[in-house]
Amino acid sequence: MKIAVCIKRVPDTTAKVRIAADGKTVDPAGVEWVIGPYEEIALEAALKLKEAGKAEKVTVLCLGPKEATKELRTALAMGADDAVLLVDGGGERDAAAVAGALAAEAKGLGADLLLFGWKAIDTDQASVPHLAAAILERPCVSFVTKLEAGDGRLLCHREVEGGTEALEVPLPCVLTAQKGLAEPRYASLKGIMAAKKKPLVEKPAPAAAAAVRTERLSLPPERPPGRILGQGVDAVPELVRLLRDEAKLL
Amino acid sequence: MNVDDFPWMEEHHRMIREAVRGFAAGEVAPRAVALDASCEFPLDLFGKMAELGFLGIPIPEELGGAGMDTLAYVIAVEELARVDGSLALGLAAHTSLGTYPIYAFGTEEQRRRWVPRLASGKGIAAFALTEPDAGSDAQGTRTTAVQDGDGWLVNGTKFYCTNGTHASTIVFTAVTGTAPGGKKEISAFVVEKGTPGLKYGAKEVKLGMRSSDTRVLHFEDMRLPAGNLLGGPESRGAGFKKFMLTLDGGRISVGAISVGLAQGALDRAVPYSRQREAFGQAIGDLGGISARLADMAVDVHAARLMVYDAALRKDRGLPFAKQASMAKLFASEAGMRATDSAIQVLGGYGFTREYEVERMYRDAKLCEIGEGTSEIQRLVIARSLSKEFGS
Ligand SMILES: Cc1cc2nc3c(=O)[nH]c(=O)nc-3n(C[C@H](O)[C@H](O)[C@H](O)COP(=O)(O)OP(=O)(O)OC[C@H]3O[C@@H](n4cnc5c(N)ncnc54)[C@H](O)[C@@H]3O)c2cc1C
Repeated sequence: MKIAVCIKRVPDTTAKVRIAADGKTVDPAGVEWVIGPYEEIALEAALKLKEAGKAEKVTVLCLGPKEATKELRTALAMGADDAVLLVDGGGERDAAAVAGALAAEAKGLGADLLLFGWKAIDTDQASVPHLAAAILERPCVSFVTKLEAGDGRLLCHREVEGGTEALEVPLPCVLTAQKGLAEPRYASLKGIMAAKKKPLVEKPAPAAAAAVRTERLSLPPERPPGRILGQGVDAVPELVRLLRDEAKLL
Repeated sequence: MNVDDFPWMEEHHRMIREAVRGFAAGEVAPRAVALDASCEFPLDLFGKMAELGFLGIPIPEELGGAGMDTLAYVIAVEELARVDGSLALGLAAHTSLGTYPIYAFGTEEQRRRWVPRLASGKGIAAFALTEPDAGSDAQGTRTTAVQDGDGWLVNGTKFYCTNGTHASTIVFTAVTGTAPGGKKEISAFVVEKGTPGLKYGAKEVKLGMRSSDTRVLHFEDMRLPAGNLLGGPESRGAGFKKFMLTLDGGRISVGAISVGLAQGALDRAVPYSRQREAFGQAIGDLGGISARLADMAVDVHAARLMVYDAALRKDRGLPFAKQASMAKLFASEAGMRATDSAIQVLGGYGFTREYEVERMYRDAKLCEIGEGTSEIQRLVIARSLSKEFGS
């Protein structure tokens, strides 16, 4: 089995995001970029399959700016065999256009399993994987939390309300990784040295296109200041009420 | 906070920073406060660092290391110190002081025998030079090694051995006779854990670097085979010189610990200064505080440049002893200034344990003492100047 893992370069989860002057994009100044956390989980799952002898090759695939070679090298250091960067020449590209570019490349690579994170944490759209599956006319399972490889088939678990669903899906297929599927490893130093010698191909991405356009980005409203409800045991009932009715956490 | 990488750095330098930072954030940072409080040596973290290849960064791959350069190693030490000085000290003592002399000065057989184990992290290394009556004046060594049949009989006491009880090998110095001219003949040896006659004192309770294991070692009629004389028979009497060369490299990593601590202090002070308000504005916009933050940033940047420069010189095979001393001196004093400022910026919060900058301040103090005090660095630098100016 050949695996292609799609990774996206996203701002670090701890980065303080600012909106750029165009009002539509994230200001890249001072932002540290990383592989999206769900993509990291997907990559780890792919590497596990390879280490278990279930896959012969893991390719990481990214559509992004030229600087995304940094994230691809990190993926190679974690253990991927090779990498392809579809260099984004600029212009707005909606989820369908991204999915089209990635699907075509994955097909060209002969990937039997196309793995994604269930969402990219910057745009939060969670739609590229399904669009890619539709374009490739392949079955798709989302939010996979456990994965086993059988003969030409994969057994996937996903969390559903109050339980777990076990699904079997034939290869080739598309899966999206949810938290719990795998615990991403840290790149080892041997891995970093080995990554220097692994192939990383850069090629231009297909021209950008967007049917869905971003109108504007805005930051979430400022959080209201904290409230002190009282002290000691007496304050607990009110705290529980607010956690349930207002914060909807209980 | 993003650390500016330098344009001349190679890709693996950036990658090692990212790798160590990820490890430090995920595995070390959540425990740093508790480890400082309990003074517990985090053996499990050494195990994890070993798996990732952190324990043999500048050692060639054929000897079990990662085959990277000194600069990569220095970046790793810095990133660890940014979240936990004690762990960075343990790694630095293991690598530059405990493993490096065997790699650099050992016979081929000694290298094959000990380095792969250490570089792969199956064992931890330590270095014992300091004695009760021989600190800065390391030639004052009183530990003796007397030829005894085929091997050596060692007696003496070493102070403040970092990684002490956890070390599988300890390199140490002992007097093996009188050199021509009447000076002590000092040689270097390697002792393995479990050797009869090697005893450990109680763990030191310290101001800072509290989860690092600092021990007194007693050598009581400790017998060592001839093969444990570092560098073989022809290296007899060259031990002091070798240890001084080892310290030249070690100083670069103490500089790196200081840079990491100073950066860690800045990492905490800047966001705090933006979010804390006094007199209706962020304290970071108040003159006194903004000036402190600017000075901290300058200190961090200058110290980092000096430390990296010394590391690069070592990697390129250029003389680096003076630069290593200057880097260590400047960085350790910059580390004290920056951690002090961070406490000041955080005010009362900075004085409390959970805000961590008080720990960094305590940890930073060690860097002005270990591997040659600031006074000794100034002597080394001045001596080098007088040589350069030919007087
Ligand atoms: C946490 C910790 C870990 C350590 N780890 C190790 C280790 O792993 N291995 C090891 O061998 N040692 C280790 N040391 C010992 C350390 O290297 C020594 O403490 C240091 O070299 C200073 O020696 P000393 O303590 O004997 O001080 P002294 O040499 O007694 O110095 C006392 C003071 O006198 C000053 N002084 C001395 N000579 C001069 C001079 N000529 N001119 C001006 N001033 C001078 C010093 O600068 C200092 O201020 C460690 C120490 C600590 C605290």
